Amino acid sequence: MERVDYDKYLRTSRIPHIWCPGCGHGIAMKSILRAVDHAGWTKENTVWVSGIGCSGRITGYVDFNTLHTTHGRAIAFATGIKLANPKLNVVVVTGDGDGTAIGGNHLIHAARRNLDITVVLLNNNIYGMTGGQCSPTTPQGAKATTAPYGNMERPFDIAGVVAACGGNFVARGTVYHVNELEKLMRQAFLKHGFSFIEVMSPCPTAFGRRNKMKNAIVMMEDLKERSVSVKKAKDLTDEEREDKIVNGVLLDRDKAEYTDLYRQLIEQLRGS
Amino acid sequence: MGTEDKSVPRLLTGNEAVALAAIEAGARFFAGYPITPSSEIAETLSRELPKVGGVFIQMEDEIAAMSAIIGASLAGARTLTATSGPGFSLKQEAIGYACETEVPCVVVNVMRGGPSTGMPTLPAQGDVMQAKWGTHGDHPAIVLCPERIDDAWELTIRAFNIAEKFRTPVILLLDEIVGHLTEKLVLPLKKQPKLFDLPQNVSKEGYLPYRFDGEYPPPLIPVGQGVPYHVTGLLHDETGFPTNDPDLAERNARWLVDKVENHKDELADVELDEVDGCDILVFAYGGCARSARGAVRMAREKGLKVGLFKPRTLWPFPEKELQEAAKTAKRVVVAEMNLGQMAHEVEWALGRSIPVELHSKLGGEPILPTEILATIEGRD
Amino acid sequence: MSQRYEIRLSGAGGQGLILAGKILAEAAAIYENKNATQSQSYGPEARGGASRSEVIISDGDIDFPKASALDLLLCLTQEACDKYVGDLKADGLLIIDSRFVKDIPEGTFRITRADISKIAEEKVGRSVVANMVALGVIVAATRIVLPDSAERAISGRVPRGTEELNVKAFRLGLQAVNGK
Repeated sequence: MERVDYDKYLRTSRIPHIWCPGCGHGIAMKSILRAVDHAGWTKENTVWVSGIGCSGRITGYVDFNTLHTTHGRAIAFATGIKLANPKLNVVVVTGDGDGTAIGGNHLIHAARRNLDITVVLLNNNIYGMTGGQCSPTTPQGAKATTAPYGNMERPFDIAGVVAACGGNFVARGTVYHVNELEKLMRQAFLKHGFSFIEVMSPCPTAFGRRNKMKNAIVMMEDLKERSVSVKKAKDLTDEEREDKIVNGVLLDRDKAEYTDLYRQLIEQLRGS
Repeated sequence: MGTEDKSVPRLLTGNEAVALAAIEAGARFFAGYPITPSSEIAETLSRELPKVGGVFIQMEDEIAAMSAIIGASLAGARTLTATSGPGFSLKQEAIGYACETEVPCVVVNVMRGGPSTGMPTLPAQGDVMQAKWGTHGDHPAIVLCPERIDDAWELTIRAFNIAEKFRTPVILLLDEIVGHLTEKLVLPLKKQPKLFDLPQNVSKEGYLPYRFDGEYPPPLIPVGQGVPYHVTGLLHDETGFPTNDPDLAERNARWLVDKVENHKDELADVELDEVDGCDILVFAYGGCARSARGAVRMAREKGLKVGLFKPRTLWPFPEKELQEAAKTAKRVVVAEMNLGQMAHEVEWALGRSIPVELHSKLGGEPILPTEILATIEGRD
Repeated sequence: MSQRYEIRLSGAGGQGLILAGKILAEAAAIYENKNATQSQSYGPEARGGASRSEVIISDGDIDFPKASALDLLLCLTQEACDKYVGDLKADGLLIIDSRFVKDIPEGTFRITRADISKIAEEKVGRSVVANMVALGVIVAATRIVLPDSAERAISGRVPRGTEELNVKAFRLGLQAVNGK
């Protein structure tokens, strides 16, 4: 692995962070910073936007222009930033509650528009910050404080949803598979157009504890055991794939990007 | 109807005037969502903004539109959105965020009948209190309300000026009467507003985006200029980082309101018509002020000494100006298309020293001048 | 002309009454330097339903922009006529489409009947321009604006490429009254 001077990118005075021991978000943050470093993005040209929840706190720790916005709306704020100044690199960090429940509508439409922003969704299958309520990615049967008898609803395959909506790049990785995650993260950050990466990140405090996974190690092992590659997943039956985590690139293409199209419209109108 | 040929008189709706005045004021970003009776503002800007290098986007919902203009404003654009009642309700979440994060923007609300879906194509003035108190928590409110097309043009430009100077959202509150009324606009206006010049060369060294101790907030250095400050809807200190320190949190919350309330005189904007020595003072705003003018004229023809008080800034409420105008009045008549939202404010401002009579009308038909006349004459 | 002249154009949604009102207001306000306002009341339907468009023309300022004592009422449907004829002044003018308005209420007002929709269909070949035929009838019957002002306003307001068609319809409306 390349050496990265993380302190250059961190507000060291804001550390220690508030994430629990065993939380995967720190690993995800490191992976994002490595991708930012690799892409050569700087404080002058990069803006980070987050919503509410554990994932939302990341904007407090990275030393860039950072927006900690309202619940679910990070992508909508990011849309305004990118359109007003298309030269900026815009990173959105969201979670499964923030990004797929209250913010689900913004996510699918940003993908549809193919706006050149990078959305990282930290999926820990639970509302962690508010104390362990059920989220749209909580597995069927899992327990949560608002699903004391087990969750009756089927969870989102959120990367699959986004890939169906549009965008240029969609991938899924886990904080267990850090090397592969970094590779996916790099691809996502370098891609022109809407790119989305779902990162499976364990929450021992609010999810594991209630679901027979005593600690972070058990949860990490679970990530390892349930993971299959996109390629291998193709050979599985629907039933076999049911509780698997399918990792890798789900979508990679180069459709026209939104701000490019808008710039062309402006040039056309002003030229005539 | 475009942005060209500004000096030729044009026939425009109030909504079109707002859209074109916004461009005149330097607005270069609009995000919106279709809703009657405000959609002509979005339609006009979708056509005109790209011609001047600006950006129009129709978002997936009202909240997204409000959020997007805050993002664009932080990236350095002058921004606005437009909506009506149901959409205004949805936008309150992000309006509160703009208040707390001190991001300038203009929110146009063309009022229609409410509550809920109400009467989409018909006028009302039921959002007057929502415009002040719509979002949760103590927060500043600056609300401007035009009556005519020249008003709409002037107040749109004024809204952008105030938003930038005070770094806060400004609500431009139209009603359907004004938004959809087509009339003649002759430019330049008699009272052509000047654009506020932002202080230049703001020092990046030691920049505190959220200073609490100035006369006005420091100008915002847009994101992406190498000043890596933090923006959050949490109560924060002067650097922008969240705080749980009770003293700092209170200073932050008070500052937001004080920066506006301390400049009430500057923000007050009223039109007075023969209030000196009046026996009866009529208070009306927005589309109702047009009805009130007709009523006042008829009353004067009958020999009554009637004055008209029309606030163009609804919030902060111009209580000093009202007290002065009502000095000789024995009665005050408030005409509005709601159940007395402003009448209560008028009563309070006058210390309950003068009887305040409300002429209110719901149902979507504008108040007729003859109806207000009846109240002026004490016949109803 | 009295100081304040109140016009209501009424019929069904989709008949182009709002556009007709804007053209009339524009002819007066922009090309004849008077004051004019146009407003409308309409339901949720884009087509059908009741629709009304109001124009106030005045030499002075116009405060209240809605019509309540009508100098002129145009009715393209029987329903509109029944609903609004009571708002017409005693010496006002009622203009009706003779095909659709058969039952005319009693009153002291004057009446002009014209084959508005029939002219649009048969002489122009497009029923959508009935609003322009109606405009021609109004201008001929009232002289509230000069025909030339109305034609300039029409050319500026109708979709590009349809100016000729709309002006033709307007002129046929003029002739329908003047020819009698």
